[in-house]
Amino acid sequence: MQVVFDYYNYWICIILMMVGFYGVIAKTNLVKKALSLSVFQTGILVFYISIGKVEGGTAPVLDKTVDNPAYSNPLPHALMLTAIVVGVATLAVAMAIIINIRERYGTIDEQDLEQLEHETQD
Amino acid sequence: MELIQRNLPALVVVTPLIMGLITSIIGRRGLGWYLAMGTTAAVLAMSIQLLANVLDSGTQTVTYLMGNWPTPFGIGYVVDPLNASVLVIVSIISAVVTLYARKSVASEIAHNRLHFFYALWLFCITGLLGITITGDAFNLYVLLEISSLSTYTLVALGRNRNRRALTAAINYLVLGSIGACFYLLGIAYLYMVTGSLNIADIHDILANKVFPTWSTGAPMYRTTVIAGFAFMAVGLSLKLALFPLHGWLPNAYTYSPSAVSALLASTATKVGAYVFIRVIFTLVGVNFAYTLLHTDTVLMLSAGAAILFGSWMAFRQTNVKKLLAYSSIGQIGYITLGFALGNAGGLTASVIHLFNHALTKGGMFLALGIVAYRTGHTRLQDLRGLGRKLPFTMAAFTAGGLGLIGVPLTAGFISKWYLVSSCIEAGRYEMAAIVLVGSMIALLYTWKVVETIYFGKRDENAPVVKEAPITMLVPVLLLAGGSIYFGIDASLTSRVATAAAHFLLGGAP
Amino acid sequence: MNPEMILSLALGVPLLGTLLIVMAGRVPNLREAFTLLTALATFGLVACLYPYVVHQQAVRVELLTVIPGVPLAFKLEPLGMVYALVATLLWIPNSLYAFGYMRANNEKHQTRFYACFPLAIASAIGIAFAENIFTMFVFYETLTFSTFPLVTHKGNSDAVKSGRIYLGVLLTTSVCFQLLAVMWIVALANQGDVSSIDFTRGGIFREGLASNAIDPSIFGLLFFLYIYGIGKAAVMPVHRWLPAAMVAPTPVSAFLHAVAVVKAGVFCVIKVTVYVFGVDTLRRYDQGGWLLYAAGGTILIGSLIAMFQDNLKKRLAYSTISQLSYIVMATALLTPLSIFAAVVHIVAHAFGKITLFFAAGSVYTAGHKTQVSQLDGIGRRMPWTMGAFTVGTLSMIGVPPAVGLVSKWYLINSVIESGRIAGGHFDEIFALVVILFSTLLNAGYFLPIVYRAFFKPLSEADQKHPHGEAPWPIVTALMFTAGLTLFFFFWNKPMMELAELVRRAVG
Repeated sequence: MQVVFDYYNYWICIILMMVGFYGVIAKTNLVKKALSLSVFQTGILVFYISIGKVEGGTAPVLDKTVDNPAYSNPLPHALMLTAIVVGVATLAVAMAIIINIRERYGTIDEQDLEQLEHETQD
Repeated sequence: MELIQRNLPALVVVTPLIMGLITSIIGRRGLGWYLAMGTTAAVLAMSIQLLANVLDSGTQTVTYLMGNWPTPFGIGYVVDPLNASVLVIVSIISAVVTLYARKSVASEIAHNRLHFFYALWLFCITGLLGITITGDAFNLYVLLEISSLSTYTLVALGRNRNRRALTAAINYLVLGSIGACFYLLGIAYLYMVTGSLNIADIHDILANKVFPTWSTGAPMYRTTVIAGFAFMAVGLSLKLALFPLHGWLPNAYTYSPSAVSALLASTATKVGAYVFIRVIFTLVGVNFAYTLLHTDTVLMLSAGAAILFGSWMAFRQTNVKKLLAYSSIGQIGYITLGFALGNAGGLTASVIHLFNHALTKGGMFLALGIVAYRTGHTRLQDLRGLGRKLPFTMAAFTAGGLGLIGVPLTAGFISKWYLVSSCIEAGRYEMAAIVLVGSMIALLYTWKVVETIYFGKRDENAPVVKEAPITMLVPVLLLAGGSIYFGIDASLTSRVATAAAHFLLGGAP
Repeated sequence: MNPEMILSLALGVPLLGTLLIVMAGRVPNLREAFTLLTALATFGLVACLYPYVVHQQAVRVELLTVIPGVPLAFKLEPLGMVYALVATLLWIPNSLYAFGYMRANNEKHQTRFYACFPLAIASAIGIAFAENIFTMFVFYETLTFSTFPLVTHKGNSDAVKSGRIYLGVLLTTSVCFQLLAVMWIVALANQGDVSSIDFTRGGIFREGLASNAIDPSIFGLLFFLYIYGIGKAAVMPVHRWLPAAMVAPTPVSAFLHAVAVVKAGVFCVIKVTVYVFGVDTLRRYDQGGWLLYAAGGTILIGSLIAMFQDNLKKRLAYSTISQLSYIVMATALLTPLSIFAAVVHIVAHAFGKITLFFAAGSVYTAGHKTQVSQLDGIGRRMPWTMGAFTVGTLSMIGVPPAVGLVSKWYLINSVIESGRIAGGHFDEIFALVVILFSTLLNAGYFLPIVYRAFFKPLSEADQKHPHGEAPWPIVTALMFTAGLTLFFFFWNKPMMELAELVRRAVG
C-alpha cells in the first residue's frame, strides 16, 4: 500500500495513460479514439507537471519577503504549455479529418469503414 | 551578408516558417506556389552553405544560440557533418518536389485552397529542417509535431482522388501521435535524471555522472534511464515506420497527393532515421544502447524482417504506388541495419542510403505522379505499354527501379556496397545474405512493373496519353539523373557520409 | 597516339556509336553504316593494342573512383586481349549478318536493336581489360543489362518469359555470389589479408594463406562463390538462361550467346582462377577440385540434352553449354598447359559456333525452318550455308582442318603431360574420359544434321515451296567466319602468342 500512496501522482499518470491507450486501441468510433488520444496525452502532461514539483515549493515568483524560498521547477510547466497547444492542434486536425470521413463515407465507425473499403477495392 | 551568414542555422528554419504564414494569408491566385518555390530554393542555398561551412571548419560543429541564451538553458541549434548532410537532403528534395508540385497539385486540390496547401507544405518542411538542426530534445518534439500535423493534413488532402486518403490520414495521425507521445515521455524520464533538455548536455551528464555509478554498488537511476530510452526508441520506431511498427505507412503514401508522397517518402522517414541515429549515438551513447542493452540485436532483427517483409509485400501489390510504399519499408530496413551495425562502415552506409534512397524513391514517386496526372490512376494495368507513350518518365522510373535493386552504376549499388561490406566486417554474414536476398526480391517487384511498362499492351479504348509537361518532367529527370550520377561518382557522398560517421563515433556531441 | 588513349577510345567509340545509331534511327542505311563503321573502328583500336600486349608494356587507364579505394580501372593483359580481339573481330561479320537478317525477316524496333549492340561490346571490352575485380563485376552486370533488350526483342509473351529467366538467373548468381565474393575480398584487402584487389600474377591470396590470416576453407568458399557467381559460364545448374536466350533474333544468339556473353563468362573464370586465386595456390591448398567434376558433368549432360533437341538453335545452345565447360574443365586442371588450352578454345569455339548459328539463322531466313527434322535435303538448295555449317561441325568435333582440333589437341596433351594419368590420379583419368566420350556425343548430334542436309531427299511439302540461298549479307558473313575457322587451323600466330603469354603468367 505504501508504494501506492507514496507515489500516487505517478499512479494517476499511469492510469490516465493506460485508459487513453486502451481507448485508442479498443474503441472503433473514431471520435472516441481521438478523445482517448487526448486522455493519453493528458497523462503525460500530468507526469511532467508532477516531476517539476519540489517539496514545499511555491510558485516560482521572485518574492523578496521570504528568505531562501523553495520554488517548484517552472520549466516542465512551460514545456507543458507547448505540449497542450500541440495536443489541441492534434485534436483539431483529427476532428477535421473525422468530419470529412463522415461526409464521404457516412460513418465514423472503424469496422464499417474497413468493410466499405474492402468492398470498393481501388 | 555577414548578418545572414551568422544567423544561417536559425534562418534555415525560420524562413519557411514565416513564409508559410505569409503564404496562408496572401498566397491566393497561384501566388502560393511562387512563394513556396522561392522559399525552398532559398533554404536549399542556405543548407548547402551550412554543409560547406561545417566541412571546412576543423571543429566540426557550429552551435547557434537562439536569442543568445547560452546552452543548456537556451535552445541551441547545432550544425555538424551529420545533420548538415540531412539538411541538404531535405532541402534538395523539397526544392525539386516543389518545382514539380505546381501542375501536379493543381490537378488534385481545389483551386481556392491551393495557398493553404502550400502553407502546410512549408510548415512540413520547417518541421523536418528544424528536427534536423535542433540540439534541444524538447524543441525536437515540438518541431516533430509541426511536421507531423501538417503531414496528416497533407495526406488527407488526397481525398479528391480517393477518399481512402482520409482513413489513411486518421490512422497515421493516431499512430504518429502515440509515437510522438512516447518520445515525449522518454524525454521526461531523462529530464528527471539529468535536469537538462539539451542533447549534448544530457549526454555529458549521463556519461560522466550517471553511467560510471552503474558499475559500482550503488547504481543511480538505472531503471529510469532504461525506461526513458525504451520509450524514445519505440516512439521513434513508429515515426520511422520500422517493422513491425510500419502499419500507417503503406496507405498514407498510397493515397496522398503525388507530390506529398514523394516528399514524405524521401524526407520524413529519413528524418526519423536521423533522429534515431542521433538518440542512440549522441544522446544516450552507443555503449549504453548497444553494449549494455543490446538494442542493436533488436534493431537488426527488425531491419532484417523489414527488408524481407517489405520487399515481399511490395512484390504482391497491384497498385504501383503501394508497391513503392512497401518497398520503402524494406529500404528503411537497410538504413536501420546500417546504424544497428554500429561500426563506421555501417553508419556510412546508413547516411549514404538516406541520401541515395531519397533521390531514387523520390524520383520514382514523381514519375508515378506523372502517370497519375496523365491517366488518373496508378494501378499496374494503367502502366501497360506506357514505355512508348511516356518514354522519359518511364525511363526515369526504370532507372529508379534499377537503383532499388542495387545495379552497379546506380546510387543504390553504392549503399548496398557499403552495407554489405560493413556486415562482413562486423562478422554478420547472415545480415549480408539478407541484404542480397532483399535485392533479389527488389528485382522481382521492379521487374513486374518494368515488364508491364515495356511489354504490356495498352487497351484499345484507353485514353491517349502524351509525355508530361516540362515542369513535371525536369524534376523527375533531375532526381533520376542524380541517382545515376551518384552511383557513378560517389566520392562526394562517400566523403560527407564518412565524415558524418566518424563524427558520430567520435563520441562528442 | 599513346596506348592509354587507344584503350580509352576502344571503350568510348562503341558508346559514341550507340549515340550515332540512335540519331540516325530514321535513316536505315545510315544507321547500318554507322554500325559497321563502329564495329570496324573498335576492332581496329583493339588490334592496335596488340603489340603493346606482346611487348608486355604496362598500359593502365583509371577512369574514375566510384567508391574510395575501389577505382574503375583498366589494364592491358594478354588474356583480356584474346577475348577482346575475338569479340570485336566477330562483331564485324555479325553486323553484316544482322543487316541481312533483320531486313529479310522484317523485324521491328531495329534502331533499338542496333543501339544495344555497341553497349554490349563496350561492356565486353570493359570486362576484358578490367584491372580489378570490382571493375570486372561492374561491366559484367552492364553486359547483362545491355543484352536484355536484345533477348526480349520480339516483345511477345515467350520473349518476356525468357527474359525473366535470363535476367533472373544471371542477376541472382552475380549479386548473391559474385558480388558477395567481391565485397568479401575487398573487405579482406582493407584488413590487409589479401595483397590487393587487382588481378595479380600468381593470385592475391598467397601471403594471406601462408601467414594463416585466411583460412583455406574461406579461400575455397570464395572460389566457389566466384565460379557460380559467374553464371555466364553456364556451368550446370546455372545454365538455364542460355537456352532461354535463344528466343532472341539469330544475330543476337550467334554473337552474344556464342561469343560475347558466354565467352565473357569463361573468360572471367580463367581470369579469376589465374589472377585472383592463383593456379599454384589452388593446387597447394587443394581447393576447387570439385570444379573439374562440375564442368565434366556439364559437358556430358549438355551433350546428352543436345542430342534430343529438335529445335536447331536449342541444340546449338546445349552444345554451347557443353563446349563452355571444356574451357572451365581445362581451367580446373590447374596446369599451365591446360590454361593454355582453355585460352585457345575460347577462340576456336567462338569461330566455329558463330558459324553454326549464322547457318541456323540463314536457314530460318530463307526457308523458315527452325527444327532439325525439317532440314532434309536443304544442303542442295543452300550449299554455301550448309557447307559453312559442316565446317563449324568439324570444328566442334575436332576434326582437321578446323581450328577446333588445335584446342582439343592441347587439352588432351595437358592431361597426358601432367604425368598423373600413369600415377592413377582419378581427376586426370576422369577428364580424359569426358573429352573422349563427349567427342563421340558431339559427332552424334551434329553429323546427323549434315547427313540430313546433304544426303536425304527433300520432303514433298518442301518441294512445293522452292527457295534458294539467304540474302548476300548473310552468306558473306557466314562464309567469312567459316573461312576463319579453317584459316586459324593453318595460321594462328596471334592466338598462340597471347596464349603463350598467359601460360607464362601462370607458370
